Amino acid sequence: MQRENLIGLEEICSHHNVEPSFIHSLQKTGLIEVIVISEAFFIESKQLPQLEKYIDFHYSLDINLEGIETISHLLQRINTLQKEVILLQNQVQFYQSNK
Amino acid sequence: MDFIDYYKTLGLTNKASDREIKAAYKKLARKYHPDLNPTDKDAKANFQKINEANSVLSDPKKRKKYDKYGKDWEHGEEFEKAKRSQSTHQRAHSASQSGGDFSDFFESMFGGNATGGRQVQFRGEDFRASLQLSLLDAYKTHKQILTVNGKAIRISIPAGIDNGQTIKIKNHGGSGMNGGPNGDLYITFSIANHPDFRRLGNDLYTTKELDLYKAILGGELIIDTLAGKVKLKVKPETQNGQKVKLRGKGFPVYKKEGKFGDLFVTYNIKIPTRLTDKQKELFTELSKT
Repeated sequence: MQRENLIGLEEICSHHNVEPSFIHSLQKTGLIEVIVISEAFFIESKQLPQLEKYIDFHYSLDINLEGIETISHLLQRINTLQKEVILLQNQVQFYQSNK
Repeated sequence: MDFIDYYKTLGLTNKASDREIKAAYKKLARKYHPDLNPTDKDAKANFQKINEANSVLSDPKKRKKYDKYGKDWEHGEEFEKAKRSQSTHQRAHSASQSGGDFSDFFESMFGGNATGGRQVQFRGEDFRASLQLSLLDAYKTHKQILTVNGKAIRISIPAGIDNGQTIKIKNHGGSGMNGGPNGDLYITFSIANHPDFRRLGNDLYTTKELDLYKAILGGELIIDTLAGKVKLKVKPETQNGQKVKLRGKGFPVYKKEGKFGDLFVTYNIKIPTRLTDKQKELFTELSKT
């Protein structure tokens, strides 16, 4: 993994003014992957938007970890269902144009 | 510009305590936060309304001014900019909501800086656009220039994009506030129907007329596909409505280079008309065999 794609946990915590323990809790639930290199913690930059979302849920909306986990699963399901809706809409359109 | 009742927005009366305001805001924010309502187009607008109401009512100075002038806000005294700065909670974060858009009413009463002295970074607004493509456009990876909010953006559209599919163009949304990141641009594609080909997923469907003699005796047929002309062998005794599959001659699979769906050809057997007496005679003969 390339080092330039990693962001230090300390940097994230100081920028967002959050406790490292919160990010470690997200890691324990599997919501965020934390990478350890020479005893320092990092996250991949591609995970940052997701992490910022969780920070916002927790610190701005007072949603606890269990709530964030549930929301994350439900949002994934919405995403899957949305794809299914598009697929079905296209099928309906296909069969209607067959009439 | 209309007066906005911020208390009503939060479902409160003007007697509400700071605690009640905070609780009402949190409750509504959890309900309307755009990240929690990805399919609700109105969620962002609703969230901005409650954000704006909260930014006024949770700030004692702004609330005082709002309460003092109320509906007569247009005749209110000039608010001293210096007094706006606040020493409250300084947490700088790149919130994923777009909180930068405040109403004209708010801007007029409190100025453009929604957050007073707080240097809260806000991510820019996400833009949404729709783009219509022909089936042929969607068949090939191509570049297209779009104009979004006066800015020309060159995008690459991968072959195989589906009708109704949305792609995200990072950082091409609204500008972030106070150094926050830009929003993203979401483009939803609408693929127009083609007169000869119908698409279902990665497969294409077409109908081809076949003359009666070729259907009975078999032969060869040239058919058009989106990739060009293809010679097809017609089996003897082909039935009307019979389907043949041309493997790999369908639509390209999205972001899987070199992979294609199939093309299904349905035969529509054409019965000859204006038969000569001789032909009728021969058909009569045939019917007796």
